[in-house]
Amino acid sequence: MNDESARVRVMRSQLGRARGLGSAKSGVEHWWVERVTAIALVPLTIWFVVSVLTLLHADQAAVVHWASRPVNTVLLLATVIMTFHHMQLGLQVVIDDYVKKSHLATTLLNKAAALLLGLFSIVAILKMAF
Amino acid sequence: MKDIRDAQYVAHRSDGAIVRRPMSPHLQVYRPQITSVLSILNRATSVAISAGTGLLVWWLVAAASGPKAFATVQHVIANPIGLLVLFGWTVSLVYHFYAGIRHLVWDSGRGFSLPATHRSGWATVAATVVTTLLIWAIGLSLWLGA
Repeated sequence: MNDESARVRVMRSQLGRARGLGSAKSGVEHWWVERVTAIALVPLTIWFVVSVLTLLHADQAAVVHWASRPVNTVLLLATVIMTFHHMQLGLQVVIDDYVKKSHLATTLLNKAAALLLGLFSIVAILKMAF
Repeated sequence: MKDIRDAQYVAHRSDGAIVRRPMSPHLQVYRPQITSVLSILNRATSVAISAGTGLLVWWLVAAASGPKAFATVQHVIANPIGLLVLFGWTVSLVYHFYAGIRHLVWDSGRGFSLPATHRSGWATVAATVVTTLLIWAIGLSLWLGA
């Protein structure tokens, strides 16, 4: 009896549910990845802020030396990748909420900016590392 | 009618005239509350941090480019306006950090009662103030100290 009413309440086909497609056609992926990147950024942000504080007196050579240590290279890469992925996902929600005209253009601009800023950061980090 | 949602504002008055319904309640008639203010602050700080990532990328690219480019970044950040921007970025980052953790707790299904929401809200504000001041106190003392 209870089982039956629970089944009726969901007004979607089982196939639609299995595919996880809502009206946005993407299911919960956007929401979920936003959370996963957020969780990753909790320790990474703490590490980054503390690192910057220790580098306050560093000249360029000292920063390069610091960034070329494998553990710092990896954490820097993780920080910028997670940051720009999270940023792009979050800004997309803001765009979806507020931008009515030229929504597509703004969306593409958001994705392009995040990708390019991320790539610039990655190349800079790898250049310091190698 | 530009947007299909505008149709919801069109109505007939009792004398038959077509009128546009008032949109209410709206932002200007709502009393600011800790819940709504912190909610929009989370979004505002996210946009501010996003803008501030330009500075992060510039710093990384300059460090990779060479001493001259790096000296330029350091010089720009160290002037009063640069420091003000950096302070704003720190506040935004720290607030968004704690507000994000608050959201993750909500996502786990906890802390939804009104008293709990108010408590976590004020805790977020307090943690933001304390952490930001701590970061800048340590930063300034290290920077000016040697």
